[in-house]
Amino acid sequence: MSKEMTCIVCPMSCMLHVDFDGEGHICAVSGNTCPRGDAYARKELTNPTRMLTSTVKIHNAPYDRLPVITSSDIPKGKLFEVMEALRVVEVSAPVKCKDIIVKDICGLGVDILASRSMPQVD
Amino acid sequence: MRTIELVIIGGGSAGLASAISAYEHGIKDILILERDKELGGILQQCIHNGFGLHTFKEELSGPAYAERYIDKINEYKIEVKLNAMVTHLSKDRIIEYVTPDEGYVTLQAKAVILAMGCRERTRGAIAIPGYRPAGIWSAGTAQRYLNMEGYMVGKRIFILGSGDIGLIMARRMTLEGAKVLGVAEIMPYSNGLPRNIKQCLEDFDIPLYLSHTITRIEGKDRVNQITIQKVDERFQAIANTELTFDVDTVLFSVGLIPENALSEEADVTLHQKTKGPIVDETYQTDVPGIFACGNVLHVHDLVDWVSLEGQKAGISAARYLNHEVTSGKTIQMVAGEGLGYIVPHHINPSNVEKSIECMFRVTKTAKFVELVVKRDGQVLKRIKKRHLAPAEMERIVLTKDELMGCNESIRIEIGEVTL
Repeated sequence: MSKEMTCIVCPMSCMLHVDFDGEGHICAVSGNTCPRGDAYARKELTNPTRMLTSTVKIHNAPYDRLPVITSSDIPKGKLFEVMEALRVVEVSAPVKCKDIIVKDICGLGVDILASRSMPQVD
Repeated sequence: MRTIELVIIGGGSAGLASAISAYEHGIKDILILERDKELGGILQQCIHNGFGLHTFKEELSGPAYAERYIDKINEYKIEVKLNAMVTHLSKDRIIEYVTPDEGYVTLQAKAVILAMGCRERTRGAIAIPGYRPAGIWSAGTAQRYLNMEGYMVGKRIFILGSGDIGLIMARRMTLEGAKVLGVAEIMPYSNGLPRNIKQCLEDFDIPLYLSHTITRIEGKDRVNQITIQKVDERFQAIANTELTFDVDTVLFSVGLIPENALSEEADVTLHQKTKGPIVDETYQTDVPGIFACGNVLHVHDLVDWVSLEGQKAGISAARYLNHEVTSGKTIQMVAGEGLGYIVPHHINPSNVEKSIECMFRVTKTAKFVELVVKRDGQVLKRIKKRHLAPAEMERIVLTKDELMGCNESIRIEIGEVTL
């Protein structure tokens, strides 16, 4: 069994060819022009993760939404679960960039951080 | 009438960087005029991360990237006017602006940096027939509504244009619960970054229709259906390739145009390809004392290079105000085979310290080719490139020695495949 995928590590966008053995384990990656392509293919096919950015509701601020970001990447399959959890979060200004907005979101061991500061306005 | 050493029009990434570097090079009498209610420009609505990899060696969200510069502006106590809309700019650098606090104000600047950024092309610019119902947005406007004001502009979305803004919005709307039915791109390839194709479309099974465009928008009060069609190599719709989608919203991500109404009023000459001012090695336009940087000069794909350009324009404006910029012989920079344009457009070598970085875009994708730099018709150097694409701005460094030996022009072109 095999799979084709585009490497996204750099703009070269190499077309990667991944071969699997009978049990579905990766046995070879080819088509990459540097070692980073090999590492990317293995990570993406075994444990794909993404950084998530979104917004939460904020009160007494110049805008109604505060942009937030995960403190590190989370499993790709958990994106919608985290979005759902953020839907009910409300905070009040002032907020500093990198303040923890939600600790250990969905039990993933990852925090939700403010991705900008917002002053208080009345 | 108040006189100010340096006025910067626009408080986005280019304006902020130019103000900071002008200050650090000795100019203390600086005023930034910003039309929005806070500094930061478009970065404030770009909540996704990936900004600052070159400048700060880390990936930041747009607002976090802007904050680093805004903190510096505050630290230096550089004067900023918010909600300040510049209405006129003359060639002798008289600026008129309006704010709710001051009303109508006229001032004289000794130097001006144009940092107004760019605008999105609209549906009107690409002439799609149909009624004019609600539910049609430029992608960037929808982005501001969603990320800053907290409004979803629709539930069933189709996106025209596969540039990065369109792709980022496809993911963002999907995460917020909308159904994105597809993205159509008139070109046979996407101009977006491969990582955005992967992480914004493929991750969410959003189809990308290459060589397709929207040919019909239905709905009288609100959009209710669109039709896309395949196009031939001359971008003409092909009959019997129609696909229809029931949607309530269409987002347009069909390119950006530098916003140069003020520049034109000040008699600044614009370049046909970039739609931005023609500038020299100091980022000065053909109107003395008026400089330009960032997306008002040419549309960039990475904010890091906008900041860098702002920084250079700020230093140049400081040198100009200190009478350190000299006039003299200029070299024309010529975009040869395969190149769309080169910035700066001409260079006076006596103002170049050690070297100068020239930025350009290619007109089509190429792999394993060489860039050929010709000085007065003779090959000066060849630079191997593994990968070139119109979506990615390229840079090339010319040393002072290389420039000093030039009489008329330097031409950059794409040469042979070098495999």
